[in-house]
Amino acid sequence: MTGRQIRPRLAVWKFASCDGCQLSLLDCEDEILGLAEAVEIAYFPEATRAEISGHYDISLVEGSITTAHDAVRIHEVRRRSTKLIVIGACATSGGIQALRNFSDVTEYARIVYARPEYIETLSTSTPIADHVRVDFELRGCPINKRQLVEMLGAFIAGRRPATPAHSVCVECKLKGVACVMVAHGAPCLGPVTHAGCGALCPSYNRGCYGCFGPKETPNAPALSARLSELGMDQRGLARLYSTFNANADAFRQESEKYDQQDGQD
Amino acid sequence: MTSKTVKIDVLARVEGEGGLKVTIRDGLVRSAELNIFEPPRFFEAFLRGRHFDETPDIVARICGICPVAYQMSAVHALENIFDVSLSPQLRALRRLLYCGEWIESHVLHIYMLHAPDFLGYAGGVEMARDHGDLVRQGLQLKKVGNQILTLLGGREIHPINVRVGGFYRTPLKKELLTLKENLKWAREAALATVRWTGTLDFPDRERDYTFVALRHEDEYPFNEGRIVSNCGLDIAAGDYENHFEEKHVPQSTALHSRFRDSGAAYLVGPLARYSLNFDRLSVLAQEAALEAGLDRTCRNPYRSIVVRAVETLYAVDEALRIIENYQEPKSSFVPVEPRKGEGCAATEAPRGLLYHRYRLESDGAIAEAQIVPPTSQNQACIEEDLVEFIGGFLDLSDEALRHRCEQTVRNYDPCISCATHFLRLDIDRG
Repeated sequence: MTGRQIRPRLAVWKFASCDGCQLSLLDCEDEILGLAEAVEIAYFPEATRAEISGHYDISLVEGSITTAHDAVRIHEVRRRSTKLIVIGACATSGGIQALRNFSDVTEYARIVYARPEYIETLSTSTPIADHVRVDFELRGCPINKRQLVEMLGAFIAGRRPATPAHSVCVECKLKGVACVMVAHGAPCLGPVTHAGCGALCPSYNRGCYGCFGPKETPNAPALSARLSELGMDQRGLARLYSTFNANADAFRQESEKYDQQDGQD
Repeated sequence: MTSKTVKIDVLARVEGEGGLKVTIRDGLVRSAELNIFEPPRFFEAFLRGRHFDETPDIVARICGICPVAYQMSAVHALENIFDVSLSPQLRALRRLLYCGEWIESHVLHIYMLHAPDFLGYAGGVEMARDHGDLVRQGLQLKKVGNQILTLLGGREIHPINVRVGGFYRTPLKKELLTLKENLKWAREAALATVRWTGTLDFPDRERDYTFVALRHEDEYPFNEGRIVSNCGLDIAAGDYENHFEEKHVPQSTALHSRFRDSGAAYLVGPLARYSLNFDRLSVLAQEAALEAGLDRTCRNPYRSIVVRAVETLYAVDEALRIIENYQEPKSSFVPVEPRKGEGCAATEAPRGLLYHRYRLESDGAIAEAQIVPPTSQNQACIEEDLVEFIGGFLDLSDEALRHRCEQTVRNYDPCISCATHFLRLDIDRG
């Protein structure tokens, strides 16, 4: 390691989220102290009360935009960051909070809060890229910490991160996991879901539920047709696509087809 | 100077985003407010209309630090509707999963979030520059907890292997045995952690808390037990809402859980569990606790770091016991049939009692969900601690006083992300 002065400055920002994706950084038990040598951790309130203000070389942004205040704050983060990297499904698609996009948020506030008039929230949960330019998106609910380390290493070294955009199906084949849909008829979003988890759910005898959002060029209608043949009803299909990446285009379009029909009853 | 306002805009080293305002007039702490400015999250609303079998995956997303706790309270509450009980092996595996979460969550807090307050650092990474071996020991101990979660749950954060009725896949005995060597190391490291935390310099402050925790007939509580207190409470989880309520407090920005009859605050979490269940700890954990200077009851919240270390030691010890006694179950889950009904359960999240209630339609769709996280329950207690303790620290410099206020909040390892799906948003963002 040569001169500390050239270390890039890293900041970690939180918007509406569960903290899990930034916790992934602290879950890198073998790498975190080395990372702290390679970069200057300049703003990371979950880990330190020290704060270096000014400009950051790399900003990691967790969470989605759900309040008017945050919709302004994200522009401030963008202005102060050379590279803005969004981490996790909330930041890349709006996350589970985007379930409100399909409903009436004032009704939600009434269900959860005794005094809904105090609740100040937007009617939608939107990804960071809907508000500012984003330099890189790391998928997952939560992100995979191996991919996080790979991506940070790549940005520090000035190369492109190796995070394949193929499907979870490909990961199953690479790992030698028997297809849960073919072998057991289990509903599985693997054919349309972005890789990154290492085919986790099929390895545990269950279908993929889409934590990493849509893969490149997904064919969701074909998957839905097959799932219907396997006996999944319309309500089941609508639910399957609307969980942690419900607002991602390919999943939203597919769930809305079935949700509208469901809404007639 | 006897009148001032201590305002901490962003409370560091807690999960989620909150702030703090302490108002001092004429040498007395007039008020203390923990402000929550996390955006509201609507989990109880999201759950309506979902199928019950999606619940463990959805509620995990309330908190990245303690997803297992949410999964466990949810599956137990739902299983109470279906009236199923799990085989001893499946029950033991759930306990093992919870051990993993307690270890990773407690050790994160002890070494990376709380210890820097005692040793005078901004954070764990900064502390590592002078105390490298200590921090590395903490990180490796935390990693052992995460290894349990990864093997049994699939991954550390938002595990995928928990389902109503059991697991999607149960591990082979030989898979679990791969954890054994690391756990044996972890037992020594946890013991060293208890001894080291016992030597820290604690402010001499105590309060006469009402402790609330689960109590099981022969185990230190994770998933099961009656809800008890040191003031005579002894109820089933089904009676929780008859005894506790969430109240709006004027001039405050958060909902506070209080006793329904007296309106009094209460404390959940390590101090409460330990003080109500000392006799249920393993002999090793009991001896280590007493050697480290704890009594059988702990009323000094600054000592919660020692209690977390004792609970970590217990969780490691318990994980080893479970792995050694494990026999592979014939089936990874008990099948359930959807039925109309209502069920509730409370389990012990690392931060304390976590209550869930669900009402289901006959087709298995969720009609209503109610979730009360530990940080919501501790809010009133945190503010009372500040009012009572901070008055004795007013001779400190502003910066030292700010730091002491933060430490007083961090005693609780508050998880603001958890609480926020439910807490009122601070509308005055300033």
